[in-house]
Amino acid sequence: MTKAAIAPAGVALPAAEPILRAEPGPIRAFWTRLTARRTAMVGLVIVVALILMAVFADWIAPYDPIATDWGAIRTAPSWAHPFGTDEVGHDVLSRIVFGARASLGAGLTSVALAVALGLPFGLLAGYAGGVIDLLIMRLTDALLAIPFLILAIALAAFLGPSLTNAMVAIGLSATSTFVRLTRAQVQAVAAEEFVEAARAVGNPPWRIAIRHIVPNIVPAILVQATLTIAAAIIAEASLSFLGLGQQPPEPSWGSMLNVAKNFLEQAPWMAIWPGASIFLAVLAFNLLGDGLRDALDPRQRT
Amino acid sequence: MGQDREILLDVRDLAVAFDSEGGAVHAVNGVSYTLAEGETLGIVGESGSGKSVHVLAMLGLIPRPPGRITGGQVLFQGRDLLGLPERELRKIRGGQIGFVFQDPMSSLNPGMTVAAQIIEPLRIHLGLDGRAARARAKDLLDLVRIPNAGARLDQYPHEFSGGQRQRVMIAIGLSCRPKLLIADEATTALDVTVQAEIIALVQELKREIGMAIVWITHDLGVVAGIADTVQVMYAGRILERGPVDDIFRDPRSAYTLGLLRSLPDLSRGRAGRRRLHQIEGAPPDMRHPPPGDPFAARNIYATARCLTEAPPLAQAPGAAPGHLVAAWYDLPAHLAAEEAAR
Repeated sequence: MTKAAIAPAGVALPAAEPILRAEPGPIRAFWTRLTARRTAMVGLVIVVALILMAVFADWIAPYDPIATDWGAIRTAPSWAHPFGTDEVGHDVLSRIVFGARASLGAGLTSVALAVALGLPFGLLAGYAGGVIDLLIMRLTDALLAIPFLILAIALAAFLGPSLTNAMVAIGLSATSTFVRLTRAQVQAVAAEEFVEAARAVGNPPWRIAIRHIVPNIVPAILVQATLTIAAAIIAEASLSFLGLGQQPPEPSWGSMLNVAKNFLEQAPWMAIWPGASIFLAVLAFNLLGDGLRDALDPRQRT
Repeated sequence: MGQDREILLDVRDLAVAFDSEGGAVHAVNGVSYTLAEGETLGIVGESGSGKSVHVLAMLGLIPRPPGRITGGQVLFQGRDLLGLPERELRKIRGGQIGFVFQDPMSSLNPGMTVAAQIIEPLRIHLGLDGRAARARAKDLLDLVRIPNAGARLDQYPHEFSGGQRQRVMIAIGLSCRPKLLIADEATTALDVTVQAEIIALVQELKREIGMAIVWITHDLGVVAGIADTVQVMYAGRILERGPVDDIFRDPRSAYTLGLLRSLPDLSRGRAGRRRLHQIEGAPPDMRHPPPGDPFAARNIYATARCLTEAPPLAQAPGAAPGHLVAAWYDLPAHLAAEEAAR
């Protein structure tokens, strides 16, 4: 029996020293919750692998992706060409590896653009309110009325066919989603008592917005961004498939599918590999996004 | 109390309304009082009595719209706060007037370290930064008796207990040596034992720093422990105000009496056990405030005049100087009659 347990009631025990637990910060705690989710980790591993593949494409790809080999037209997968070759003798594996640059680059860049535009406007709408909110939100509603892919195709066609223009088109099309999400999140956080406390110590509105509100909406934006990257990858593939994105002979999974559709019976590997790549990339970002959402869900915190 | 000291805060006929779909809600209806330097004023009232709203409104902290200040003046050190532009008000908030809010669990930003949150007002009002600000933040944590302050600066709010978080809030409220500390239900969300610790702390700090305090609460027990002056609010008006001992010993408003009677008397142990008093009825609909005494409909002593004409807040006859009441009826006479009948 310990001393404390047998001390009679009313006897003052020495004041307990504060227990300094090595409590993890919010970011560490989030990481622990994320790594506990197997599907999220599968998604994360694939995403990281794809990013590494895109970055180090020059070292990974066995051939030059735009070098044509007229001696190897539409050859089936072999040791020399593990994924086969296409109708002008490009090595499909090399084009898949380099195509990751177009797909991931378009996914990340366009979503970065969408967040960069959507966050400030959403913040302004949600925090300023009034007429500004009304104007921004009506414009956003108008944009949201047009289906995402249709809008992206229209914008890309207007800007002219190139990968950069496709990224801009996809980014602009995805912006309204982030305006909306940011506004809703800002309104929720702005109603919290700590925001009022921040006003009560004399913070100006812009400081409250940037120091107190934005950090608290980052989790929601991060989840939406991850899921939107998946959608943007599909959009880039679609635009490239339609000839509005990456221009031949530069490789892109979407444009590879476009060519492959003419040879589905003769050379199915031309379609299978880019198709599978798109599938895998989109799946990985969706798994990661879902995992992030669960790990960041305040209701699951202890 | 306080007659010999400088007037710090002079509230004159303050009125606040909130626009709602059913019409304007008249939350504060002509509140006037003064607060001397170093005085502790306890404001008591139930939810919706205007006790919190009127202090938030003074400093431009109510959302506008729907909130509106419909009249009055608030002189703080001689300057009318209601006429100040937002930029000037910001210098007063957290600088000359510190705040402590009700719920320490939600009034600290969960994503910022405690040090960052204490440093904020220091940077805004005193221009402190870097090492100097950090040193001051540590001193402030020491001031509010948080053990091992240096090590705890870089912790997040979730690593502090409720009572400790309220200590941090008090540290933030006092960080720039304010003339006035406003505590809005600062102990309501805490355990009774922690409440007692926080009240003891505030009293010690008051002795050390000498700031005036406006302590807003619905708990008369807390007021008894901390205030020099008590002000009872109901339906956006002051019904009674006076030195704390006087209010408790000799209440002149039927509402104050009702509040006092609804407290359990623990000092008499088992003998004190009784069904607690309950004030019948509900507060008036403040979209259509009654023309007379707002408490009249619930007051068994109400006279015909109470229903039609609002009583002014005036010196209670026969009571200690500074003991003011807004009542047409004579509560001591009624109580004496009841005593005699028994």
